[in-house]
Amino acid sequence: MAPLRILVAGVGNPLRGDDAAGPMAIERLQARMPQASCPGVEYMVSGGETGELLGRLEACDAAILIDACVSGAEAGTIHEFDVAAGPLPQRLGGFSSHGFGVHEALELARALGQLPARCRVLAIDAQRDTHGAPVSAAVEAAVDAVVDRVRRQLQCWCTRPVTQPGVSGGSRGP
Amino acid sequence: MTASDPGTRTISVNYMARVEGEGALKVVVRNGAVERAELRIFESPRFFEALLRGRPSAEAPDVTARICGICPVAYQMSAVHAIERALGVHVDGPLRALRRLLYCGEWIESHALHVYMLHAPDFLGYAGAIDMARDHADVVRRGLELKKAGNAIVALLGGREIHPINVRVGGFYRVPRVGELRKLVEPLQRARETALEAVRWVAGFEYPDAERDYVFVALRHPDEYPFNEGRIVASHGLDIDVADYERHFEELHVARSNALHSRLIGGGDYLVGPLARYSLNADRLGGLAREAAAAAGLGRECRNPFRSIIVRAVEIVQACDEALRIIADYRMPEQAAVPVEMAAGSGCAATEAPRGLLYHRYALKPDGTIAEARIVPPTAQNQASIEADLFAHVGRWLDLDEDALRERCEQAVRNYDPCISCATHFLKLEIDRG
Repeated sequence: MAPLRILVAGVGNPLRGDDAAGPMAIERLQARMPQASCPGVEYMVSGGETGELLGRLEACDAAILIDACVSGAEAGTIHEFDVAAGPLPQRLGGFSSHGFGVHEALELARALGQLPARCRVLAIDAQRDTHGAPVSAAVEAAVDAVVDRVRRQLQCWCTRPVTQPGVSGGSRGP
Repeated sequence: MTASDPGTRTISVNYMARVEGEGALKVVVRNGAVERAELRIFESPRFFEALLRGRPSAEAPDVTARICGICPVAYQMSAVHAIERALGVHVDGPLRALRRLLYCGEWIESHALHVYMLHAPDFLGYAGAIDMARDHADVVRRGLELKKAGNAIVALLGGREIHPINVRVGGFYRVPRVGELRKLVEPLQRARETALEAVRWVAGFEYPDAERDYVFVALRHPDEYPFNEGRIVASHGLDIDVADYERHFEELHVARSNALHSRLIGGGDYLVGPLARYSLNADRLGGLAREAAAAAGLGRECRNPFRSIIVRAVEIVQACDEALRIIADYRMPEQAAVPVEMAAGSGCAATEAPRGLLYHRYALKPDGTIAEARIVPPTAQNQASIEADLFAHVGRWLDLDEDALRERCEQAVRNYDPCISCATHFLKLEIDRG
């Protein structure tokens, strides 16, 4: 049986402080997650361009998107959403400056019937998006916690088909 | 809508969607007549020209590509042509054709994004592409497919879809093999059919009567629809070499905008972009695009900015057709770039970005380091024209209800597919009816 095609995308700009959370999570996942344990996984770092994300979402059976967000919660707070069950909440701002970003990619995919049946978003509250700034300690710690969650989720998807629970959110990470 | 007193009416849109960058619009109406229409651009200046000073000229195409994620190729093309002119380098044959092909890719992706995702929702009464996709999924899928065909060209020739990295002064870092280009043929043939369908589709939209007597400015080439080269011509008779651009056009700082306003010296506002390009070059379109334009009811010229969506669709046909022709004729060159020797000099170039004429000028030191850079993007040149459109037309739209009027004004701005980020270097709309 062909392995489940799973997309894990880290969205953000590595050069803008905590907006690097998504790309940093991908880097750590690739280092800590042996490919053989989950052969259908494809990692991607994305600037958040809608068309590119849309194309990748259409081509997979399951997806996890990791992004920085500005919800007003404390920096490093992790939010997890089952976006296959419904749209992201409006309160989650983002760092997309173009009006077309992760939310638009997910909703266009949904409207076009291209959203994978399993699709989750993990968002980490950012403290700063200053050009050239390093990732803050609170966000870096949250990235590690997100990496652990994604690893568990991938192992779960790769070993047995499961029905995903609904939205859980607001836990402080790690 | 808010009312501060019974005599004053103000419509404000704090965040206008489907434009690139941040700006605001204020329209002042007194006794049924428009007194003032001001486009305010508060997108932060990005200092690209200053950033280029002291950098090797070889970096200019990669640095300037970062000005825009939608039209990076335009910045690369104007940069390399200007620097090549400064250094007396001439790029011809297959390398020139490949640059033209790369530009076709950018036009297809940029125009498809605007036609399908940003502009069409205005005509069909949707808040945006996502709402439109719920009712017209097939249409949106077609638009995305079309965009993908353009992206594929840019990815192959440019090394990646956004902010390409394969363009250099003198040519490319790597040129494709014939077989690599041939893989683009089938998707481009489908894209050309989709583009023809797009022309028929948008031709059926309802358009407000909004003609204006523009001064159109665009490149014109002896036998090509313009991308990379040509003389700068205008509808009032101007016909100049690009080297004379700064003798005829000037930039002014106006307090309300972080982007410089352009105007014709001794004249006024002018318009660059698809309407200008088409109106000055309709006779240079290929047969297929020309037939599609005629069937869509476009005359020899088009002075209604709302109908720019038709012109963009025609230009997608042209770009797909041209791309297929270039691929069919392609022979892989022996060298990916012509030799370039650094020297002191000064050179300028203008190319046709999807949004219109994009002018670059560079002064180089003897080792090729950039001593001075000047960049005049299309949206900066069109700011005054956007204001003039609103000044001319809002008076006739005052019987629309507040929401419809606001929407119409936003649409009048979106007609330009403005890239405010490029121009500064989004849109809050305020209508004060007195």
